Amino acid sequence: MFESRSGVFLIAGLGFFGLSFLVMAVLPWAIYYKEPEQTVEQLAARGIIPEFVDLAERYPEQFKQYFGAPTYATYVEALRLGHQVYVAEACWHCHSQFIRPVSNEDLRWGPVSHALEYQNELQRPVLFGTRRVGPDLSREAGRRSNDWHVAHFWQPTSVVPSSVMPPYRWFFDGQGYPNKRGLAVITYVQFLGSWLKEYPYFHGEGPLGPLPAPTPADAPIARGATSGETDSVDAPIVGAATAGVLP
Amino acid sequence: MTQASAAAVPKEPPATSDLVDVRLVLWHFTAGMVFLAVAILAGFLFSLQFIQRYPVAGIELFSPGRWRMVHTNGVAYGFLANVFLGALYWAVPRLTLRPVYSRRLSWFIFFAWQAVVLATAVGLVLGHAQALEWGETPVYVDPVALLGLMLVAVNFLAPIFQTSGPMYVSLWYFIAAFIWTVLVYAMGNFLPQYFVGGAAAGAIGGLFIHDLVGLFVTPLGWGLMYYFVPIILKKPMWSHGLSLVGFWGLAFFYPLTGIHHFLYSPIPLFLQHGAVITTIAIEFVVTTVIINFFGTLAGRGDTLRTNLPIRWFYTGMVFYFVTCLQCSFQTTLTFQKIIHFTDWVVGHAHLVMLGVFGFWLLGIILYLWPRLVGSNAWYSDVLNSWHYWLTMLGTLIMFLDLLVAGLIQGYLWRDLSPWEDSLRASMPFWLVRTFSGVMITVGQFMFFWNCYKSWRLGAPAGAPRREPSRGSMAPATA
Repeated sequence: MFESRSGVFLIAGLGFFGLSFLVMAVLPWAIYYKEPEQTVEQLAARGIIPEFVDLAERYPEQFKQYFGAPTYATYVEALRLGHQVYVAEACWHCHSQFIRPVSNEDLRWGPVSHALEYQNELQRPVLFGTRRVGPDLSREAGRRSNDWHVAHFWQPTSVVPSSVMPPYRWFFDGQGYPNKRGLAVITYVQFLGSWLKEYPYFHGEGPLGPLPAPTPADAPIARGATSGETDSVDAPIVGAATAGVLP
Repeated sequence: MTQASAAAVPKEPPATSDLVDVRLVLWHFTAGMVFLAVAILAGFLFSLQFIQRYPVAGIELFSPGRWRMVHTNGVAYGFLANVFLGALYWAVPRLTLRPVYSRRLSWFIFFAWQAVVLATAVGLVLGHAQALEWGETPVYVDPVALLGLMLVAVNFLAPIFQTSGPMYVSLWYFIAAFIWTVLVYAMGNFLPQYFVGGAAAGAIGGLFIHDLVGLFVTPLGWGLMYYFVPIILKKPMWSHGLSLVGFWGLAFFYPLTGIHHFLYSPIPLFLQHGAVITTIAIEFVVTTVIINFFGTLAGRGDTLRTNLPIRWFYTGMVFYFVTCLQCSFQTTLTFQKIIHFTDWVVGHAHLVMLGVFGFWLLGIILYLWPRLVGSNAWYSDVLNSWHYWLTMLGTLIMFLDLLVAGLIQGYLWRDLSPWEDSLRASMPFWLVRTFSGVMITVGQFMFFWNCYKSWRLGAPAGAPRREPSRGSMAPATA
């Protein structure tokens, strides 16, 4: 059996692999099976990050050209494209997206990551990452201004002298303004962690303002517009997050 | 070796030329080395980014992040897979005394696989990557690659299953590897992309990263070692019992370790604990294999000095033991607190992929190349010696350098130092890493040059090439 063709084929080849697949893949899948995986539309329905509106105000011409107005629909589009760019450039090879409960990571970045944060379309395949050359990004939302991100993507060493991140000039148009990819990837990075109750976690001056409501989809959103369900600037996220439950 | 298959062969064994398509082996080796050249240059280029000296910054098609993926995928699918295939076309027909399923299929696989690797490289550079480590192959390449792997399995499993009687150890590893590779590739590239999301996909991703090393590269590598080491040393393996323990231990424990890539992650903790325990168990299995191979070497230690392929093989085995020992420590939750996400892991990966499997395959090329090109000898033994020492020392320096860098990074992060402190502290180590990379790069190009010149020494194209007869197992002079 241990030296026969069928033994090796069936026991080692199929059997042991099947066992590992059951234990290491099917079991975790079964544990999270009942947690629905949210689409980008559902994520966006929790509220649009103020940074998205801010981009539209800061770069009106570019924003109008590439996205039109900052609406629910264009927010969804920007998140999808931003995620796509993030994967294409392999940002996740140098920036992780999970906070561990050890090594003081919760002090450095914020709350420890929860499994349910990953049950959504933008984590398919999941972007845990395995290496941190730059800092973790899962609590990046609102930590830095859009201006900082624009300068950083153009020339990282201009804001972080010892940075080893490459300049991403192709996120900009001929005049040095962010192009569609640039606007999208900044939106995506500013979105990471915006679902937390604690968000905005690192605003020195406090939140930019209450989050606007997502509906109707085509209505342009102005800064300061309030969502009917948001009753306090301290709890800017509508839905489960305000109740202290993760998404 | 031969006594295992002798029972199945009643009469005269077939001529080697009927069994092995030497040109196919040669072409696979050549393709493997071409991709190794690309991958190694990509790695060197990427390392320059870390010392803020990237020469082609700001150009989309030279985005360092994209070339990093060309580096890792080029090594895995361009270099390792090609040289493995070449070595298998050499070894499997000799072990079964039958040719592979179809010579035409073999050539189809050859060209299809080069197309897969090229499409992967071009796709990655154009920004079509998939967010799956070692599986960044664009989604449109995945089905083709899977089909190719299935054809490989059919091509090699056919001669193995057509024979009866006892099987030599190498064939156990090969049978398992062919099935595993297909299953692993399908699981890793399709499930997280289309069927499973979130933390569960993370578990599958971890399983994929590790299975690619453990169930594709490792069994093929060990299978080839069980073939080439006894042949070159002209003696059987020291212990058949230990060979059994090694194979079945690996087959049972290795697939169960995947989640150790994401410890302290949102994957359920009891699964993480399980992965830690199986990873430590592997270290014991590995030790039995290493004992078996050093038992085989006993009494022939002089070959380490006189026979370069054997030196490559056993250097790789020492590195294998080191890397597995390291793994059994670094996989514990204690070590993970500090070393996870750091360069420690990068050093580990380089020691495994280059220091172990790369070394074995370079040793195999070194052993077979003069026979493949009909030159009977190397153009320059001095170049080969330089190749060994530059590559070995380069790998060792890179490993130790990144190990220390990883510890420094981990402790600086834990101490809540500003993030830039960890960058500034790493910079000297990254500089050393680039220099060790230069050593490895220069060593490889010496070898490529030597291969080319030896090829030129060989019989002119069209002339009959000398093929070693089945009985000729003389060690290559090195």
